[in-house]
Amino acid sequence: EFEAAHPGVTVRSESLPWTSDEQHQFYVVNLEGRRAGIDVMMLDVIWAPEFARAGWLLDLTSRVAREELAEHFPSTVAPATWDGHVWALPWNMSAGLLYYRADLLARHGLRPPATWEELVTQVERIRAAERDPRLEGHLWQGKQYEGMVVNVVEALWAEGTELAAGETPFPDPARAAAALARLRRSIERGTSPTWVTAADEELTRRAFGDGRAIFLRNWPYALDLFEAPASPVRGRVGIAPLPGIVAGAPGAGSTGGSHLGIARASAHPDDALALVRFLSGAHAQRAMLAAGFYPTRMPLYAEPALVRRNPWLPQLHALMLAARPRPITPNYLLLSTTLQADFSAVLVGLRPPAAAIADARHRLDYFLAARAAPAARR
Amino acid sequence: MTGRERALRRRAWLMTAPALAFLALLTVYPALWVLWLSLQERIPIFDIARFVGFRHYAFLLGDSRFLGALATTLVFTVTSVALELTARIFEWLYHPAAGLVNYVLGGAALNWLGDPRLALPAVVLADVWRTMPFVAVLAYARLLGIPAELYEAAHVDGAGRVATLTRVTLPLLRRVLGIAVLFRTLDALRAFDLMFVLTGGGPANTTETLTLYAYRGIFQMLQFGFGAAIGVIVFALVMTVAWLYLRLLPSEDEAA
Repeated sequence: EFEAAHPGVTVRSESLPWTSDEQHQFYVVNLEGRRAGIDVMMLDVIWAPEFARAGWLLDLTSRVAREELAEHFPSTVAPATWDGHVWALPWNMSAGLLYYRADLLARHGLRPPATWEELVTQVERIRAAERDPRLEGHLWQGKQYEGMVVNVVEALWAEGTELAAGETPFPDPARAAAALARLRRSIERGTSPTWVTAADEELTRRAFGDGRAIFLRNWPYALDLFEAPASPVRGRVGIAPLPGIVAGAPGAGSTGGSHLGIARASAHPDDALALVRFLSGAHAQRAMLAAGFYPTRMPLYAEPALVRRNPWLPQLHALMLAARPRPITPNYLLLSTTLQADFSAVLVGLRPPAAAIADARHRLDYFLAARAAPAARR
Repeated sequence: MTGRERALRRRAWLMTAPALAFLALLTVYPALWVLWLSLQERIPIFDIARFVGFRHYAFLLGDSRFLGALATTLVFTVTSVALELTARIFEWLYHPAAGLVNYVLGGAALNWLGDPRLALPAVVLADVWRTMPFVAVLAYARLLGIPAELYEAAHVDGAGRVATLTRVTLPLLRRVLGIAVLFRTLDALRAFDLMFVLTGGGPANTTETLTLYAYRGIFQMLQFGFGAAIGVIVFALVMTVAWLYLRLLPSEDEAA
């Protein structure tokens, strides 16, 4: 369609590896190796600041007016406009949320849990009554990878603290330790099965989709799969905000999804920008919704034709509006990669939370100090 | 050494020279480059490149994650190579209480890749399963090369099955097994792909090997100098082990 409207321009797509970590490696190798030929890049929402800092992205500030970004969720615009410049346009949106088995909760007269405490009680009540040894309680992602960091970051937010972008990653170490301890406790207590420490999105999505769990923390992409004609849980799933700590203050989900940026080395920046505008436009985002990619443009969530086909949209709009980005910093991958090991040690019960946080601090100090040193050229 | 032998030897060097030069280009140059890189603070995306000497090495010596990765690498190597060569693996597979077979047949649901005590054994098992054929093929090829007359002679001399195995077969296999151990040890010391795919180094880094740590340092943290320092340590480790093996490996004359 884009090619028809832009004669003389041929779009060639290059497939990326499946996981975020491998895609990142693909870009590092190709961009740092100065391989030419890439014009438009799909960027995970956590990358724009790092890629911008590395000089791999074309600065779009002079070409893209701020008003052009007004329709998109502010939480996904924020990383794309790191350091006061425009580096990328939002392409698709995602946010962490809580799936629950609406049929099971209804049968026991329960409403979706607002707090962790409530979630634990509900799991224990439903499992005691159902007497199904194969029915797990609360599934989430605890394998040592980026997805687990997302789960921990969400737990930190629920606890009223955060993982910060600056030189002090844990502004409130005591609360951070409490958040980690809460995750570990849910495994010890049996609210979550021990295998969540090896689980990623798909593993947990399948278990819940097979009807083997009451609650699941995951992204919206799973909705379509749960509602597929052959799905055992079709019509029995509800979505809610992640649980908070105190009633009335629901937890925020982390944002996900991707941006589209333009390689600074691109020989065709104008054509590339036209393509990026086309792909991030309302028309393309409507089409992507059919493939399970949710729009970054807020007005689409209220379009009657789309809502008729996807009745979840208004509820998703509220969830995504409340979602928060992970730390917006060029150091994000360093931060996450370093923390993964220490968080994992807590989740499997090898180390107490406070010790793991102290250890992570020590390692981060060494790496961050090296990066802070001399002023860099752009 | 006779003159003829010396001439032969010179010709041999001449013939292999192009290949050696090529190998040197492909291995020595990158090795020196990595060594140089490891003495720097180099973070290309931040345009940071300065000499820091042995700073990374000093940090690594006190870094619990590095020491953990070192321990994991050594345990992985020793167990996976030992298991392959003794075939005790099958005993373990069929172990009544903790055997994998039992598990497959519906026994206790062990959390193989998520339990810090089980993850490394699970990865070792996968490695053994994957590389056993290599060892088997090497050994088989040598077995085919043992002349039947040797066995006949042993039989005539009144050697039983056990004596034939220990006095004829094993001595003849010794060198080939030595090579298999060498290859497998070097492979295992730089193990990467299995843990990368199966566990990502987790849980709690219990399956993170040195190469995986180096990979994370370079491709994810983008700390090129730091990652290179780990790479150099792996290189030194592999070289030391290879040198030790080559010293201990019996020569063909001895074996035959």
